[in-house]
Amino acid sequence: MISLSQFLIFGAMLFSISVAGIFLNRKNVLILLMAIELMLLAVNVNFIAFSHFLGDINGQVFVFFVLTVAAAEAAIGLAILVTLFRNRRTINVEDLTAMKG
Amino acid sequence: MEKIYLAIVLAPLIGALIAGLFGRPIGRAGAHWVTILGVAIAFALSLYSFYQHVWGGLPTFNGAVYTWAATDNFQFDVGFLIDHLTVLMMVVVTGVSLMVHIYTIGYMADDPGYQRFFSYISLFTFSMLMLVMANNLMQLFFGWEAVGLVSYLLIGFWYKRETAIFANLKAFLVNRVGDFGFLLGIAAILMYANTVDYATFFERLPALAGVTVQIWPGVEWSLPTVIAILLFIGAMGKSAQVPLHVWLPDSMEGPTPISALIHAATMVTAGIFMVARFSPLYELSDAALSFIMVIGAVTALFMGLLGLVQNDIKRVVAYSTLSQLGYMTVALGASAYSAAIFHLMTHAFFKALLFLAAGSVIIAMHHEQDIRKMGGLWKYMPITFVTFLIGSLALIGFPGTSGFYSKDSIIMAVEASNLPGATFAYWSVLIGVFVTALYTFRMFFLVFFGKERMDAHTRSHLHESPKVVTLPLIALAIPSLIVGYFAIDPLLFGGFFGESIKVMPEHGAMASLQAHFHGAAAMFLHGLTSPVVLLSLAGVGVAALMYLGFPDSLPKGVARVFSLPKRILDGAYGFDDFNNVVFGAGSRLLGRGLWRVGDVRMIDGWLVNGTAGLVAFTAGQWRKMQTGYLYHYAFVMILGLIGLMTWIVFVR
Amino acid sequence: MTLYQFLFYVFASSAVLSAIRVISVKNPVHAALFLVLTFFSTALVWILMEAEFLGIVLLLVYVGAVMVLFLFVVMMLDINLAPLREGFVRNLPVGVFVALVMVIELGLVVGAHSFGLSAYPAPTPAPADAANTLALGSVLYTDFVYPFEIAAFILLVSIVAAIVLAHRKREGVLYQNIDAQVRVRRADRLRIVSMPASKPVTAAEESEGKPS
Repeated sequence: MISLSQFLIFGAMLFSISVAGIFLNRKNVLILLMAIELMLLAVNVNFIAFSHFLGDINGQVFVFFVLTVAAAEAAIGLAILVTLFRNRRTINVEDLTAMKG
Repeated sequence: MEKIYLAIVLAPLIGALIAGLFGRPIGRAGAHWVTILGVAIAFALSLYSFYQHVWGGLPTFNGAVYTWAATDNFQFDVGFLIDHLTVLMMVVVTGVSLMVHIYTIGYMADDPGYQRFFSYISLFTFSMLMLVMANNLMQLFFGWEAVGLVSYLLIGFWYKRETAIFANLKAFLVNRVGDFGFLLGIAAILMYANTVDYATFFERLPALAGVTVQIWPGVEWSLPTVIAILLFIGAMGKSAQVPLHVWLPDSMEGPTPISALIHAATMVTAGIFMVARFSPLYELSDAALSFIMVIGAVTALFMGLLGLVQNDIKRVVAYSTLSQLGYMTVALGASAYSAAIFHLMTHAFFKALLFLAAGSVIIAMHHEQDIRKMGGLWKYMPITFVTFLIGSLALIGFPGTSGFYSKDSIIMAVEASNLPGATFAYWSVLIGVFVTALYTFRMFFLVFFGKERMDAHTRSHLHESPKVVTLPLIALAIPSLIVGYFAIDPLLFGGFFGESIKVMPEHGAMASLQAHFHGAAAMFLHGLTSPVVLLSLAGVGVAALMYLGFPDSLPKGVARVFSLPKRILDGAYGFDDFNNVVFGAGSRLLGRGLWRVGDVRMIDGWLVNGTAGLVAFTAGQWRKMQTGYLYHYAFVMILGLIGLMTWIVFVR
Repeated sequence: MTLYQFLFYVFASSAVLSAIRVISVKNPVHAALFLVLTFFSTALVWILMEAEFLGIVLLLVYVGAVMVLFLFVVMMLDINLAPLREGFVRNLPVGVFVALVMVIELGLVVGAHSFGLSAYPAPTPAPADAANTLALGSVLYTDFVYPFEIAAFILLVSIVAAIVLAHRKREGVLYQNIDAQVRVRRADRLRIVSMPASKPVTAAEESEGKPS
């Protein structure tokens, strides 16, 4: 059988890949958003693995909510991206420095 | 009777409020009528209370009329303690106040602040009555501060005069020093006796007699001594004893009526009254009594000496007031409380008389106060002349006058006292008698006899003062002359004060006096040959020789021979200079230092601007970290995540 | 190796490899498609773990909706891709290093030796007729009814927000204003002009008259 650790390590790998993605594609907001989705997915994997091994359905309920929030986040993030591109003609993170101190 | 007591206190207050708040609508005449009516009511009712208590056998009244504040442990009442001591003070206060009110109509006739003045002096009467009628320390302190306030207001009555403002500030500040001690005394009583009520305090006093307090480590002081001296420090401020006397001569900047009322007859005697009221406390402490006696003796002699070199008629009288207050204080120190109160009463009459008469002279001289520019006034102002003479005779203790009886009693009491310092006090007051006679008659001769040294314009206008001025003079001259003869027997030896004044058997000054007393007439006859009277007559003689016999050469010659003592006297022993240099400049220096270092540098520089500057600096540094690049923030978050995990894995 | 293990390794390695491709391909469209593959494989892993409902939801919602949304956006925007790829190679060592450190550390945390995770026995497989959807729904609509309503509200708000953000007022476009059409009054449209009655104007008169 597959042990709990293996599922968790699978989640950890997904998570690490998305972190690496943030590092590598630090200019492309689209890829950054995708990496964030990937991170959430990795977290969900953990939730479901624990839910499965502990026999507790509440973990899945949590995944359900995370999915909801992630969908909302993706929708709004993309809307912002569209507005941004319309106003600035770019999605390059390097150009988005309005918060610079 | 409670309603009557209340009316006595409130009548002057109502008068003061009406004259003060509605001075314009009721006009000048309205202001003086309403205040005089208020004080007259108070005076009449005081006389009635006096009669009821002294002859009607009314028992001592001690009760609260209003509870101001109550806590678990303490209760602060507004209440009255009416015994023989109080009624005597009430009659003196309201009587002199009434005379001064009437006199003011003439003295202040042309002053724009007429209504204000009447309001103040009525307010003063109210405050002084609250002070003497109080049955607890809080109310005493209220009256104490209220008279101080009115004194401040009245010294600076002519507030456009630089010197008046300086003088009232000085009076206020010097009194604060005394009041600080007084307040500490009250606090000590509250702390150890758990009460501010006189009667309760005196009940608990025996339990406190043996208590000692540590002022600083290693020094144990007897509690009664500490409380007694602290309270007496308050009295030193209010009754102008050395070294807190410096404000009284300067207070002469105020109008003459208040010099008579406040700074001679009533307020300055509040300290004497307070010590007499607390006789059960003072009797417990020989050290405090000695202290009081020495302070009083110094004041009596050395302030009298200062009177010799003054040229302002009011300042001469002011220094004589200081000296006489010293006499009273000496009497207190000798446990002759009744003698002190007796002298307080006679002094109130004759010193008010002297001040008012001096005021009359000042009116006639068109507000010229320098006695070197007077002379020969006796033929222009006969009533003033006679009443001034009576006042002066009473002041120097001429046999038969009221001052003779009271002052002689004091001197004999001091002679009989056996406390440390009594010998010094005795010689001081004895020499003081000579000095008193000398400066009094120096002033008297310079004003009323000799060459007419005023300018021609003033001379052409010289005339007797109006009736509102001379009537109070006459009214005060009569008790100045005779009240001593009638009052000495009951007051000093007839047990008049009863329970109000307690004297321990070992302080036998009054008892020994009683043994030698064979009636007022006998005292008069004996007085004719006593050293006291001889000394005062000698003083008059010397004054006559110098200022009547050889007015042109002798005073100058004496001044030249005693040039160094004269310089010291002219500088008033340097108290003012010392205060200016040490306390005045010292506190200015301290204030400047606190301002420069404490306020500007520490509070403004470090705390206020420093905080803001630190925040701005830190923010300025931190904003450099805010690059605005998304991946920097993400990077920092991930670094934090890695750090956290490293900690969990390897450290925890 | 059981079929279960075999399937897990296939799906997991597929997910991991496609995830790596997500972050490394040049074209965002390809990245989005690889993301779809990642999600798809992960959904299968979830189903292996008896979370059938969530696996289907992940497919339907993510692959069907969110990823399509991504693709729409990617294709809608005319993005110059060249500058966005700058620094990829330069950042590669750092990124790989960080990812490795995280994998190792996470592995240490969730591995069999820490926290006693190995102590968890493999759960007994659910019976064939077990209803995962029923189990989830029975908690979701009872214990978690308020969070559920809040989640629904969040979705609604995000819809409104996304529309408001992306909506653009276009110039020169005519809209039909139904509201105004319904509210219209006679006075708005119709104007009765009073004209004096007169005889019809003939053609002859008209030709010589002044232009009206």
